[in-house]
Amino acid sequence: MSDNIYLPYLVTIEKITQEAPGVRTLRLKFNDEALARSFEFKAGQFGEYSAFGEGESTFCIASSPTRKGYIECTFREAGRVTSALAKLEEGQTMGFRGPYGNTFPLDEWRGKNLLFVAGGIALPPMRCVIWNALDTRGSFGDVSILYGAKTVADLVYKHELKEWDERPDVRLVTTVDPGGETPEWKGEVGFVPAVLEKMNPSAENTIAIVCGPPVMIKFTFPVLDKLGFAPENIYTTLENRMKCGVGKCGRCNVGDKYVCKDGPVFSRAQLEALPAEF
Amino acid sequence: MEQKYIPKSSLKAWLAKVKDGGKQIYAPVTEGGKTSFRRVKSVDDISMEHVQTAQSAKGVAFPRTEKLFSYAMQPGGVALQDYDSANIPHTVVFGLHPCDAAAFKPLSGIFGWDTGDKPFGERMQRVTLVSLSCSKCDELCFCTSVDGSPGSAVGSDILLTAVGSEGYLVEIVTDRGRALTEPHAALFEAAPDVNKEELLAHVPVRFSVGAVERSLAGAFESDVWKQQSARCLGCGACAFVCPACACFDIQENPKGSASGDRIRCWDSCGFSLFTLHTSGHNPRSVQSQRWRQRLLHKFSYMPRRLSVRGCTGCGRCSRACPVDMNLWEHLSELENLKN
Amino acid sequence: MNALRSTVKELLGSGAIDVFVGYEKGTRLPRPLLAASADEADKLIFDETCTGNLAVYLTRKDLVGGKKAGVAASWYAMRSICRLLDENQLQEGAVKVFGLTPEGDLKPFDTLADLKQHVQETPPPPKPVEDEWVREIDAMPAAERWKFWTGELSKCFKCYACRAACPMCYCTKCIVEVNRPQWLQPWAATMSNVEWQLNRVMHMAGRCADCGACGAACPLGLPVHIIAHKMAKLVAQSFGEPTDKGSVLSTFNPNDEENFIL
Repeated sequence: MSDNIYLPYLVTIEKITQEAPGVRTLRLKFNDEALARSFEFKAGQFGEYSAFGEGESTFCIASSPTRKGYIECTFREAGRVTSALAKLEEGQTMGFRGPYGNTFPLDEWRGKNLLFVAGGIALPPMRCVIWNALDTRGSFGDVSILYGAKTVADLVYKHELKEWDERPDVRLVTTVDPGGETPEWKGEVGFVPAVLEKMNPSAENTIAIVCGPPVMIKFTFPVLDKLGFAPENIYTTLENRMKCGVGKCGRCNVGDKYVCKDGPVFSRAQLEALPAEF
Repeated sequence: MEQKYIPKSSLKAWLAKVKDGGKQIYAPVTEGGKTSFRRVKSVDDISMEHVQTAQSAKGVAFPRTEKLFSYAMQPGGVALQDYDSANIPHTVVFGLHPCDAAAFKPLSGIFGWDTGDKPFGERMQRVTLVSLSCSKCDELCFCTSVDGSPGSAVGSDILLTAVGSEGYLVEIVTDRGRALTEPHAALFEAAPDVNKEELLAHVPVRFSVGAVERSLAGAFESDVWKQQSARCLGCGACAFVCPACACFDIQENPKGSASGDRIRCWDSCGFSLFTLHTSGHNPRSVQSQRWRQRLLHKFSYMPRRLSVRGCTGCGRCSRACPVDMNLWEHLSELENLKN
Repeated sequence: MNALRSTVKELLGSGAIDVFVGYEKGTRLPRPLLAASADEADKLIFDETCTGNLAVYLTRKDLVGGKKAGVAASWYAMRSICRLLDENQLQEGAVKVFGLTPEGDLKPFDTLADLKQHVQETPPPPKPVEDEWVREIDAMPAAERWKFWTGELSKCFKCYACRAACPMCYCTKCIVEVNRPQWLQPWAATMSNVEWQLNRVMHMAGRCADCGACGAACPLGLPVHIIAHKMAKLVAQSFGEPTDKGSVLSTFNPNDEENFIL
């Protein structure tokens, strides 16, 4: 194996799922079989994904570490690299560097209830934790998921939402922004913070994991305050721009913390100690 | 530390032998009134009269553009060719000043912490630093304010100090330095009895770096950043000439559709697009935030995280700045900052 | 000096301007100062050594956005301001311009029309050094000229000081930063550096005020302003001096020369 941290592993696209308009999930298998067997990561970690000829892009690993033999990433077509990745077909080769960054402290959460609050394209980092928790279901108390998107079409992981909805040991609430509903829509209509307030989850022995666009996070935190969640019991991920992923290129820091090394997972208490520069 | 003396007449003979021995010499050369580091063809081209080169010597280990690996599309896949260190020349950096030699420490800190960086590491392994103490300085030098000195041997493998106009005191600091002098011992003489301090430029202390760093600890929200950065144009001149700045970008250099290189190139925290997200959000959207990042990175974050400061007082940023962002002047202001 | 300081204080005090873009004493040469208070105004200086083109600050939204600004302007800065006006980058009433008379006295312009007239009627300060560069480079055979420019531009490390110092480079996203498609390689290498400067000067055709700020800003002392100087001459020769009816790049005239098209 190379000692060059910038050299990606070669991976083959096993399966492509079109999740929503412009959003797809790639299931990737390491070309090196020994690596495919030995590769390990933890929930919350991210990687650098290469479309050769176009460059690299940073996303979390969206699959659960409990599902071995592959990794998945989910991304929206937005820039040069994501557009190139979206053009790749099943069976084609791309690159992966990682896993990088810290992890959600699932071990510390044993025995606690988990409340997931996600918006839009920010469900992927959480999906990794959700499946990790569900695959080790006995270790946790109640599992509640609140997921919102602009429109019904924009909801990602539709099959999995259905699966979670049908499970008796998961409480799932889905919502779309006003105007984003369809005649068939049976979920909530409203913005995530308001729906969360209505949902009224107990803060007792509960960890809240919140991922979404900055505006959603901004309005969700006060609701969690009201519900009695202490800053130490709220977790989120930061999504700063990165190039190297390993603490060298100089872009992702917030104060003296590197999002690529000290993050991307931060508790709200940790965020409050950082300068407001993210 | 072993000390020797080399007469001026033998200095170039020594360098020529080193060069003939297969090492490249990377040294200041003056052309058209400008002095810059380059790989010299002849040791006669080396210039030793300048106060400071426009650019530092960091390019020897962190080139402005460097290939990280290559890729080639093949039927049924992609083939990667790893970074090739075989072609990195063994290089003697000659004639750099103590501030430049000292700057390889912060560079090594950034590239070496937690995860090694192969291109930088492989290059550093092949570098020997033969520095030259400063016998003159200018009004923008401030090494003595950041724990350096015009005669400091920190970071150097060998340090030369001019003794009059006829020769140099040679301080052999490391094994790597010894390996460069021992095979040519006949060219060296016994060290003269001189007071080195008297041979050096006098660089005034401009501020107390301890006070600056204490002041910065609570300065994030201060108005000083806005005020100091008002005239900053947001170019990358300061970062690119800085011997300790290491920020970089990673880019694709496709050669047609079938193959290409992944490269890295210098980048700067002063550029407005440096931290811009694809979504349009920018955590450092205005120049004052970027100026703050530059100073806090060097004088607060790096000391805290890497136990090394990101500035050695060479003054290049101040000389290169189109609008005279005089660094020691700004730092002196920060020293007295009322938070 | 006192006239300038008291005028600026008066303008700041009365609210006629919110900030004055002027010069203060610098380490070696005068440097820009954005004065918004009486204390800061007391640091202002303005004389023939104040040559940097301060018009570059007038399009900086983070500094003067929504504000009324006064500015100390050299003749070339005045020409930049006229061009920025022509390109709708400045608003009448938002900028008050001050120049110097040949005797070194403060010369305020009441309206931007006055400024335009002044720029049209006053010949540009001569550029003997730049003219000599152009003569020497023009005299070179093509191969030598190519060697000269590739040699100089091979040293460029793409810090973009030339762009940052240029009042006419006000784009928020420069062509070199567009990556879909990637027109220009953003890293430093001889050919990509040549491409960058060629693109820059082409974007300047008929717009450049020929102030020389790009060359003065280059930390490596590369004579990039000579490319702009030559371009300004060429455009004037081929299409006439730029007018306020739009630059040569944004206008079409059936009589435009086409002899440079291969």
